[in-house]
Amino acid sequence: MAGALRQLTPRSPQSAPLDAFRRSLQRLDWAPGITLLLFLVPISVGLLGTWLPAFGYLPAVGREALSLEPWRQLFAYPGVSSAIRVSLLSGLLGTGVAAVSVVLFVATCHHRPIFRVIKTLLSPLLAIPHAALAIGLAFLLAPSGLGMRLLSPWATGFERPPDLALMQDPWGLALALGLAIKEAPFLLLMTLGALSQSQAEARLNAARSLGYGPFIAWLKVVLPAIYPKLRLPLYAVLAYSLSVVDMAIILGPTVPPSLAVLVFRLFSDPDLSLRLVAAAGATLQLGIVLGALLTLYALERLIALTARSWLSGGQRSAVERSAPAVAGAAVSLTTLLGYASILLLILWSFAWRWSFPNLLPETWSLRSWSNHLPDAGAAALTTLTIGAASATSAVALALACLEHEARANVRMTTAALWLLYLPLLVPQIAFLFGFQVFLSYFALDGMLLSVIWAHLLFCLPYAFLALSEPFRRLDPRFARIGACLGASPTRVFWRVKLPLLLRPMLIALAVCFAVSVAQYLPTLFAGAGRSMTLTTEAVALSAGANRRTLAVFAVLQAALPVVVFTASLAIPALLYRNRRAMRSGMSA
Amino acid sequence: MQRLSVVGLAMATLVAFGSSAGSADQPWDETLAAAKGQTVYWNAWGGDERINAYIDWVAEELEDRYGVRVVHVKLSDTAEAVSRVLAEKASGRDSDGSVDLIWINGENFATMKENGLLYGPFAEALPNFALVDVDGKPTTKIDFTVPTDGLESPWGMAKINFIYDSARTERTPGSIAGFLDWAAANEGRFSYPAPPDFIGSTFLKQVLIEVAEDADILQSPVTDDAQFDAVTAPLWNYLDRLHPSLWRDGESFPASGPALRQLLDDGEVDIAISFHPSEASSLIASGQLPDSARIFVLDNGTIGNTHFVAIPFNASAKAGAQVLANFLLSPEAQARKQNPEHWGDDTVLAMGKLSAEQRSLFEALPKGAATLSPDELGPTLLEPHPSWMTRIETAWLERYGN
Repeated sequence: MAGALRQLTPRSPQSAPLDAFRRSLQRLDWAPGITLLLFLVPISVGLLGTWLPAFGYLPAVGREALSLEPWRQLFAYPGVSSAIRVSLLSGLLGTGVAAVSVVLFVATCHHRPIFRVIKTLLSPLLAIPHAALAIGLAFLLAPSGLGMRLLSPWATGFERPPDLALMQDPWGLALALGLAIKEAPFLLLMTLGALSQSQAEARLNAARSLGYGPFIAWLKVVLPAIYPKLRLPLYAVLAYSLSVVDMAIILGPTVPPSLAVLVFRLFSDPDLSLRLVAAAGATLQLGIVLGALLTLYALERLIALTARSWLSGGQRSAVERSAPAVAGAAVSLTTLLGYASILLLILWSFAWRWSFPNLLPETWSLRSWSNHLPDAGAAALTTLTIGAASATSAVALALACLEHEARANVRMTTAALWLLYLPLLVPQIAFLFGFQVFLSYFALDGMLLSVIWAHLLFCLPYAFLALSEPFRRLDPRFARIGACLGASPTRVFWRVKLPLLLRPMLIALAVCFAVSVAQYLPTLFAGAGRSMTLTTEAVALSAGANRRTLAVFAVLQAALPVVVFTASLAIPALLYRNRRAMRSGMSA
Repeated sequence: MQRLSVVGLAMATLVAFGSSAGSADQPWDETLAAAKGQTVYWNAWGGDERINAYIDWVAEELEDRYGVRVVHVKLSDTAEAVSRVLAEKASGRDSDGSVDLIWINGENFATMKENGLLYGPFAEALPNFALVDVDGKPTTKIDFTVPTDGLESPWGMAKINFIYDSARTERTPGSIAGFLDWAAANEGRFSYPAPPDFIGSTFLKQVLIEVAEDADILQSPVTDDAQFDAVTAPLWNYLDRLHPSLWRDGESFPASGPALRQLLDDGEVDIAISFHPSEASSLIASGQLPDSARIFVLDNGTIGNTHFVAIPFNASAKAGAQVLANFLLSPEAQARKQNPEHWGDDTVLAMGKLSAEQRSLFEALPKGAATLSPDELGPTLLEPHPSWMTRIETAWLERYGN
């Protein structure tokens, strides 16, 4: 209506610039710029604010001469080489196991009944924050954990927990396992998403009709087609795994810890000159991640080159028999471990005395819950506030950008797309210190708004990931009909597109919320330790406090995103209970 | 009823000391008025939930009684807060700092005092400071050999003791030398938290005091590298012999005191180290140790110290922080802190300075099955100068942190 009126209003020449401005406003021209600004500022300022101290420049502690001294000190720091080894081994192994087992699993089991079962089971694990899963896994793996209890004393003869480094092992293997369990569901979901967009069935049928078995057929005709869509998630997983802090504190070795944890500790040392060393370490962490990503890219090229003859070679049989069993077993095992970890969290939160080697607690109690409901409740409220605010802003910005694309009839370039995913590829520890210096310069650190901003950074990529396909696949005829009926673009957006997008939008909100709940370092750095979320509390408690209390926090931490996810699925079903076609989101 | 009489007592204390003992530049009632409505960000180590619960209680009381809001900023290492204040000073943030009160002692206090990061003197002007046992507990005014000069207010008394499960372990060592034999006979059943965790660092100092040729030298600052190397040589020699028989062959260490005590409860180790003589009883009460847990100390004594609270120079809520520090010294708050059902941390107050009614708060406390009487706890050894501790932590990391 407003648009129609504007058409009728006679235009005077003086109002032309104003008019252009109004038109630009209506096209939402501001949306991509604001969005880019919101996350490019923290990352670029943060990186710069970390690189300068790494080379000796930090006026706040009276260092203004550029030098390589911080690097010399870093490499002389006790345990730094072991720390790098732990980071590399756990990150590469965790990513490798997750990626290979998921690809093999989809390749071999996509046509089997187990596929649906695992798919349904894995999705909830996606919502569980890393820290909660790691805590549960620690309860499972520890020498006194459930794993050993299941075998003791009847098989092992142990009446007491053995002196074995089953977790926090010096090589970081427990950490690698935790990463594999947590990242496999993400990669599987991304694979499924990619499959749905690449006519996998038709390709597969064609290959099968040429006599290829389902496994080889999948590897030969489906994987090459979907890999470009998997590249980014895979890179994100690799970057994350190499630089994770919260999981490494819980599952990784203590002396020396992984590189990211070591750097994190150096940043908070009362000896301020160590901040330069920490900045050098953070920059080294960035280098390691970039190096690993480049190596992976080179590996892709190499495989693409050498596999070409295999792809077109035409051999038909080979590994069809054994591969499914191995891949199915690997993915089933990670799923099982994931669920066992969550179950253990719940058990411990209701346990009172539970000594080795008893399989179940000797005494149960609600005391852990009643004692900690006030403080855990307060932390849950903070978590909820930050999560809701950052998820809503992320989804709103993503929608504004997508709507701008539609109105201005432009498509995001590949470069802009990669820029958008930068927060997932740059290790958090590599820029959060610089970001904190920036915040503290403007006296913004410790404010809730700063924490929300820091979380928004990591929510945005996921909001785009979850919304761009459904948005672009909206049938344009709906909007056209709306426009023909005289509705302005704004009205079409609110009355036609949003209701059609309700389901993907709620899922995007839930994903962003889960991402926010899981954030550890951004909460600490931007919040100056004042914003206490379930995640920061749980990681702090994991340093050794009472398992029952830790379990209460971890259960709440895991429950929050799961509840939000469930709600995001239930709301469309409820709202559109009388409109069958709307329930599936109308995105096809 | 109990609550009422306690409030009355607190008020009586305020009236009694309010006018005479107020700070020179600001009478106490003005401090109270200024504190009303302030939010105190109390940065305190948050690794022990019983202590956290006690702090929650303090926060509720402060809100109810004085209209002061207290937020517990949980630290995993007190150094984090010191570092934050130091960074604020470096960047010129001289007011509206993010830390209002720090739970502190030892090398962190020394660092802050040395760098002019503390507000005060304020401690001895607090009305309740008059009740502190400054004669019987000299460490309430001398922190790791460094005079407090009123820059920190005493909060509690700590003393090293060792927890074991009497149902599982019969023989316990009586000296640092005895630990060596004990560990050799019980492979993999002892460990200590990795420094700079304060329990781990204190254990190293305990070792050093017993193995050093002349322990008195530790009361003065380290003079140079050569002196440090010479004095600590027996310590490294001892650790080199001890480590092979420790948990995980001494190649990995628990992250903290509470992590070590979890290992004791799980049965992975047989001895845990504690800083609070009533802690074992407290842990039994909260289901974290079996009823058969007991404590022991060493024949020649163990290290004891006092822990304090201090206010950073740029704190936003200095009045609120002082009201909080004063409340922490009140007989009611001190008695609750000493109660093993809550925390089990010994009081800094002198029983002789309390009224009969105030004393009865302490006399009524349950002792707890695992708590030793003061004479059974043995002599208290003095903390070395903080410069020893920082150096030992670095040297430890260089030797065993790779």
